[in-house]
Amino acid sequence: MTNLLVLQLLNGLQLGVLLFLIAAGLTLVFGIMDVVNLAHGVLYMVGAYFAATFAALTGSFWWGLLLTLPAAVAVGLVLEVVVIRRLYHRSHLDQVLATFGLVMIANESVKIVWGTTPLSVPMPALLSGSVPLMGALQYPVYRIAIIAAGLAIAGGLYVVINHTRIGMLLRAGATHRQIVSALGIDIGRLFAIVFTLGAVLACFAGALVAPILSVDTGMGESVLILTFVVVVIGGIGSIRGAFFGAILVATVDTLGGVFGPILLRAVMDPAAAGQAGRMLAPMLVYILMALLLFAKPDGLFGGRG
Amino acid sequence: MTDAVTQMRTAAPAVSARLKVAVVLFALFALFPPVVVAFDDPFLLLIGTRILAYAIAAMALDLILGYGAMVSFGHAAYLGFGTYAVAILSSYGVHDIGLHILGAVAASALFALLTGAISLRTRGVYFIMITLAFGQMAFFFFTSLSAYGGDDGYGLARRSTLFGTRLLDDDMALYYVTLVVLVALFALCHLIVRSRFGRVLTGIRENPLRMQAIGFAPFRYQLTAFVISGCLTSVAGVFLANQAQFVSPAFMSWHRSGELIVMVVLGGIGTLTGAIGGAVAALLLEEVLGTLTEHWRLWFGVFLVLMVLYSPRGITGLVQQIARARR
Amino acid sequence: MNLKTTFLATTFLPLVLATSALAQDVPAAAGDDVLKIGLIYTLSGPAAALGEQARNGFMLAAEQIGEIGGMETEIVVIDDEQRPDKAANDARELVQRETVDFVVGPIFSNILVAIHQPVTESGTILISTNAGTSNFAGAECNPNFYVTSYQNDQNHEVMGAYAEAQGYQNVFLMAPNYQAGQDSLAGFKHSYTGGTAGEVFTEMGQLDFSSELAQIAAFQPDALFTFMPGGMGVNLVKQYSQAGLTGIPFLSAFTVDETTLPATQDAALGLLGGANWAPDLDNEANKDFVAAYIEANGAVPGTYAMQAYDAAQLIDAAVRKVGGDLTDRDALRAALKEADFDSPRGDFSFGANNYPVQDFYLVEAVKREDGMYGTSIREKIFDDYVDTYAADCTME
Repeated sequence: MTNLLVLQLLNGLQLGVLLFLIAAGLTLVFGIMDVVNLAHGVLYMVGAYFAATFAALTGSFWWGLLLTLPAAVAVGLVLEVVVIRRLYHRSHLDQVLATFGLVMIANESVKIVWGTTPLSVPMPALLSGSVPLMGALQYPVYRIAIIAAGLAIAGGLYVVINHTRIGMLLRAGATHRQIVSALGIDIGRLFAIVFTLGAVLACFAGALVAPILSVDTGMGESVLILTFVVVVIGGIGSIRGAFFGAILVATVDTLGGVFGPILLRAVMDPAAAGQAGRMLAPMLVYILMALLLFAKPDGLFGGRG
Repeated sequence: MTDAVTQMRTAAPAVSARLKVAVVLFALFALFPPVVVAFDDPFLLLIGTRILAYAIAAMALDLILGYGAMVSFGHAAYLGFGTYAVAILSSYGVHDIGLHILGAVAASALFALLTGAISLRTRGVYFIMITLAFGQMAFFFFTSLSAYGGDDGYGLARRSTLFGTRLLDDDMALYYVTLVVLVALFALCHLIVRSRFGRVLTGIRENPLRMQAIGFAPFRYQLTAFVISGCLTSVAGVFLANQAQFVSPAFMSWHRSGELIVMVVLGGIGTLTGAIGGAVAALLLEEVLGTLTEHWRLWFGVFLVLMVLYSPRGITGLVQQIARARR
Repeated sequence: MNLKTTFLATTFLPLVLATSALAQDVPAAAGDDVLKIGLIYTLSGPAAALGEQARNGFMLAAEQIGEIGGMETEIVVIDDEQRPDKAANDARELVQRETVDFVVGPIFSNILVAIHQPVTESGTILISTNAGTSNFAGAECNPNFYVTSYQNDQNHEVMGAYAEAQGYQNVFLMAPNYQAGQDSLAGFKHSYTGGTAGEVFTEMGQLDFSSELAQIAAFQPDALFTFMPGGMGVNLVKQYSQAGLTGIPFLSAFTVDETTLPATQDAALGLLGGANWAPDLDNEANKDFVAAYIEANGAVPGTYAMQAYDAAQLIDAAVRKVGGDLTDRDALRAALKEADFDSPRGDFSFGANNYPVQDFYLVEAVKREDGMYGTSIREKIFDDYVDTYAADCTME
């Protein structure tokens, strides 16, 4: 049982850093530009497809990962210039519609370009296999690498946001948008940078999971909704909130699925507990979100409503 | 009384024009079955029924989206409550459509009351995402409801009965009954919108602080509207279940919620009639694009983006723009 | 232009245009000399490879035969997108609008459950080339419903029998949470009497199995038995070897097969499965079929292709037997029941419930001589095996 708990905590952490990479961009776009971007999950999917394509072309996972980054910058910039930029001053409703349209376009385009058969990316030899943790317990090296990469990026973002000029603008932009523009900062450029940064992080997350998941058209959607929950729980515009929200949501999700039925078994008969556990597990994060919002409508670290 | 209310008064001629348009639209719906018979393609009746059902849902969503500025991204959940009310009650031997509607409305009212009370504590982006998350919660609930097929859905052996008869087994009868319900609910929505309640709701949309200052608590009015909208949407679900004779969580996916919003906006928000026209336009576009190309979603997406970027007021706005340019 | 005319223009015009675009010509009535067949397969999404194999298998037979049943043949192919709601609607449309004579498909059991009623209710013949749920094999068997694959439980029973023979006492069971998944575990336990280390139902379409693998690592069972078709199986096999669990025997059905092997490749070599056939089964009809399929599609056929190939042969044989007269349904059903064709799997006949009576094998993933990956027969487990539900079928 302890083994299981340790493994699930690690799995939660791994899912958590992944969610954080996606949520970081989303929360900035929400917070600073006040844009609802349903197409953010698409970037995660596109990142995975890029990694799969480049890895297949170059025959190396590392080149695939590396080449994904400039491609992600290009996609981010194009999206920002062609569509997102025109949505800054529009209502949330318009933003929802336009980005919903983008989701349809992206999903269908991916089907046309890459087909509907899932792609796979070979695991780099350096990171394959697993390491012993304690006793017979093993954990895949690659997942440890994901955790490490995610934490490193989180640390990097922390430094950038708290100790650089652009970070200061980002913080100011998230809370006092009008004042920043009144100070004569080129808001257009700031927005483009923020959106592209978010796109790159999401694409990178997609590229990271490509070796452990098959790459297919639906992969962006399940993640998108979880990311929304993360952003709402953490508080819109807050990178720190996104980090803790992501870890919290991921841990509840991974632990709840396994330990929910076990805990329920203590209070009801096993068959009913199994059934109730299976019903409750996927709903847990949403219940968590509802409870949290009831107590704190602005999320854990949210400053504005 | 307030600016908003005077605005409504001055808008009165437009309202009556819209009413006329609605009457014409309903007349067209009523004439559809004979056309189908002429084309000798009875399957069109089922497509027609589906369109009418979605028109009900879109109209119900418009009630809060258009008149209350509440962008609910989880309205597909209520479609689901409607469809599952039919499935669950039927499995217990309750086949009457009136009771199905009653069950759907009761479940929806409860869910809307609970989730609305939480969601309405927030605004803007938060509201959109929270309603989305609650919609997903309902979706996952039915996905794991294995007694009714879970993910796989649940086939209905028979349609609902109407006053104890199996009248609805006939596709044309189902179509006309759906149409009658659509017209009745349109009348109801029209009354709601024009009532004092409706005017307060519009007032809150325009300026919540002022409405609060003169003694209308926005929360209560918005929550009431949210519950009404959810209940009416579930009625559409009852008819969808009968149309498809199959219920599944697919009716509740977040894509479906998005499509409902698309319908409302397509026809122009805050007009009720527009929502109905938007549902017709969106579903026909989907059907026609679907017959033309396998990748219709791509073109639908392109259409959506272009519409938002170049015609903020939906198709109606687009046609008006063109007309104005000609003049 | 005022608001009213605007509205008329925006709603009425598309309405008329769309109605005429959507309306179809008067459908060909049954009894004319065109044989109309509707295929419903999953052709997009994570499990598309399965549907493509089935479609290719059917089309290969159709091409080889030319005119199926000696009649002009029209084949309509529909992608169910693995969505039961869509499939139910499509099936209704095939039957009511296209008035097809046969509906062939689907891959997934949940789709079968969705289309069974709309198709069979109308008197149209439904031939399932893969899904074979227990309900339709037993009490709900139907004279208009035929299966060219197996009853879902059977391949799992093969693995249960194998685990039993190996003397395993502690097996971890895992399957996706849907009808076929539940059937699979029930099937395994039907012929396996040892204990279970755990029983897990995963979400349909789940791609990351880290938490399930964590449980397996924690429990250290004698073996894992699983059922993970399509992309799910690809992921599971890869993650299983990455998690260093290959020391625990991996028993499966529909998980390591010709649809997933191109993706898993070496990670799956040596993994065991249960099947009613493998590409290297030694008989003439099979050699011809496998060679023709590889030539046409450049890939090794799996059971999905073989069973759909047989469905086309079945229709051909039956329609020829009734001389192309599709109006006499009783005669057509009797002709179908005879199953008078050469199946690549050798012995093939229908039981009382219209499900096959056939042999079952333990198969192993191998790298073939041509460099491609495929399954290979290791031993025969069951001979002329009848499913356990057939006894409940009365076919009233």
